[in-house]
Amino acid sequence: MLMTISVLMENKPGALMRVTGLLSQRGYNIESLTVARTLDPSLSRMTICVDVEPRLRPLLIKQIHRLVNVLQAADLTEAPAVIREMVLVRIRTSLDNRTAILKEAEIFGARVVDSSVEGFALEASGDPEKLEEFIAVMETYGEIEVTRSGLVAVSLEPKRLKLAPPIPRAHPQSEPAHTR
Amino acid sequence: MAQTMSGARILMECLQREGVEVIFGYPGGVTLPLYDAMYEGAIRHILVRHEENACFMASGYARSTGKVGVACATSGPGATNLVTGLVDCMMDSIPVVALTGQVSSKLIGSDAFQEADTFGITRSATKHNYLVKDIKDLASVIHEAFYLASTGRPGPVLVDITKDVLQGQAHYQPVHAIHLPGYKLVTEGHAGQIRRAAQMMWEASRPYVYAGGGIIASGAHEELRELVETLDAPTVLTLMGLGALPGNHPNFISMPGMHGSYAANMGMYECDLLIALGVRFDDRVTGRLASFAPHAKVIHVDIDPAEIGKNRAADLPIVGDAKKVLTKLVRVLKETAPEMKPLREKERREWWNQIRAWQEEHPLKPVFSADEIKPQHLMVEIDRISNGRAIVSVDVGQHQMWAAQFIRFDRPRTWLSSSGLGSMGFGLPAAIGAQVAHPDALVIAIVGDGGFQMSIPELSTIANQGLPVKVIIMNNGYLGMVRQWQDLFYQNRLSAVQIEAFPNIEKLADAYGIRGRIVEKPSELRPALEDAIRHPGPVLVDVRVSPFENVYPMVPAGAAINEMVLAPPRPVEVPA
Ligand SMILES: Cc1ncc(C[n+]2csc(CCOP(=O)(O)OP(=O)(O)O)c2C)c(N)n1
Ligand SMILES: [Mg+2]
Repeated sequence: MLMTISVLMENKPGALMRVTGLLSQRGYNIESLTVARTLDPSLSRMTICVDVEPRLRPLLIKQIHRLVNVLQAADLTEAPAVIREMVLVRIRTSLDNRTAILKEAEIFGARVVDSSVEGFALEASGDPEKLEEFIAVMETYGEIEVTRSGLVAVSLEPKRLKLAPPIPRAHPQSEPAHTR
Repeated sequence: MAQTMSGARILMECLQREGVEVIFGYPGGVTLPLYDAMYEGAIRHILVRHEENACFMASGYARSTGKVGVACATSGPGATNLVTGLVDCMMDSIPVVALTGQVSSKLIGSDAFQEADTFGITRSATKHNYLVKDIKDLASVIHEAFYLASTGRPGPVLVDITKDVLQGQAHYQPVHAIHLPGYKLVTEGHAGQIRRAAQMMWEASRPYVYAGGGIIASGAHEELRELVETLDAPTVLTLMGLGALPGNHPNFISMPGMHGSYAANMGMYECDLLIALGVRFDDRVTGRLASFAPHAKVIHVDIDPAEIGKNRAADLPIVGDAKKVLTKLVRVLKETAPEMKPLREKERREWWNQIRAWQEEHPLKPVFSADEIKPQHLMVEIDRISNGRAIVSVDVGQHQMWAAQFIRFDRPRTWLSSSGLGSMGFGLPAAIGAQVAHPDALVIAIVGDGGFQMSIPELSTIANQGLPVKVIIMNNGYLGMVRQWQDLFYQNRLSAVQIEAFPNIEKLADAYGIRGRIVEKPSELRPALEDAIRHPGPVLVDVRVSPFENVYPMVPAGAAINEMVLAPPRPVEVPA
């Protein structure tokens, strides 16, 4: 079953690999993945859509959370969240279909981002299922090429971000080596 | 501002501040600047003979002291050779910092000589890892590495440092604080949960303590003893937990699991409250999960939230450091004892009677013979000599299981075993690490004739450093544990398990200038071991034991914990 995970992590080399490595190590197939930095440029937010057996979901979240670079990990599959995706569709079409395509695009709230004698490039965003429909409809008008962004999600649950405070290391050599 | 220092010197400075006494390592091209900085000998360096063993030695050092062990290797092959040791530390939660050299940052990605993607390769082999390409990051990364390795659930941390960083110059400034915003430790244990746990413990009729490596990692052995004594609960210790309770403690049953005792496993099956402390419900302990402790409620104390509910749902989870949690638990238990202890007194007495009956029914009984040395006999003799005091390191296989069954440990950190990874080749180098940390202690490495041959190069290190390690080879002529499985599950079709051309140990020892001895007769065993202990230097003893003994009891893979195969009635028929 597809699971949607939102991860807030440090924006550092290798941080992404740690999360994807954890998934691939378990043989999970990543359906989509988006990542970009947040308002705070030292952090990035990642949305992963991955096929995971439902009973393993809580464990996976804890294991992602355990990664040192990860600040937050949440399972948004069934949680209150807004999940969106963007799709770019290039469609080659005959002249007689052009008006119909524009009508359909309007229904789906898609925008024309390029227009030429060969056809259009359209941009649509929204609920992933709606986008599926949009793509299916466009396919009926001609040969299409599709690029999807992958899911981006925002949780609607108020969750305060707790950061571990800086750890003083004034005289590490005077402390017992095995502090906790 | 202070004058500039090379990256290598900054690294040495940080290591000294972390209290590092010894580095187990092997040099190479890109670590030349580091070895040059070590030239003055500010920190002792032990030159190993293979990097895998550097990591095992660091692991043995860490396991026997609780301090962070340090291993060091060059780029490429040096770093890849460390990997098995890192995974071993990962599986057993052992604090080790591995330092590796990397090709210069401008060469990374060019398939430069001895370039390997150490950072990528060791991602899943470590708790955390770093690639340092900027000298400005070096000092804080080193302090972070030690902090991560030794806190929370301990584990290995690797720092890969490019040659230009080691060679470069920078102003060194001591690091006053490190920032790990995502590394949140929960150590205290929830007070309400602790109260509820105490309540459950008193209300149980058949409580059972299942304690493991977490007790040792957090130094909670005294608290564990108080807890089991206050509750008067029977206690089993996992392979990682041996020594957490003295081996002759009346509440200690034995190790549970695949080669656990009958009583330990029956207790697991029949208990009504499983008090799981610093354990991870490993499949070698639980057998078939669906029928593991089927009648029990579970209290699970662990520092790592990801362990809770991983294999077995916990009815009452407590995330926290075992020492802190157990201290509070014991306090509550003692407070409530006068009122609560009488509650299930009768049931508890019956529970103990039942356990004693199981112990008598099928004790862990050693086997002796007048004609040949039985492996169990060897372990009983080592136990007699150690008397709970020695640091015993084992390799992996039958000898490891017999050692766990028959050798008692009075203190934590005296039993060193590659338990989670089960990596052959661990026993001898781990003993070296422990002996380096405890120069005056009696350190015994018990190894198989198979695993020993994976570590032979380090005999040179033993000789070189004059380490008085007592290496006892349990020589059964076979990769015994694999032979056992072929015997029991593959119609005894023995495939690639016979060890032929085993070296003459007396000659081998002689080649390294250390004492060696072959022991074949049961009557020679005790004097030979006593002689080995008396000898002030290293000793290699090749003990020829009967080849076809199997380790029992055995819970076959996938069976339930109460479905043990017990030892066949004696005497065993030995195939010709
Ligand atoms: C590095 C490694 N390779 C293979 C194994 C699989 N294995 C487990 S026990 C064992 C036999 C070990 O033989 P020996 O060292 O003679 O010990 P014995 O079982 O005879 O006591 C083997 C091959 C392992 N655990 N580790
Ligand atoms: Mg053997």
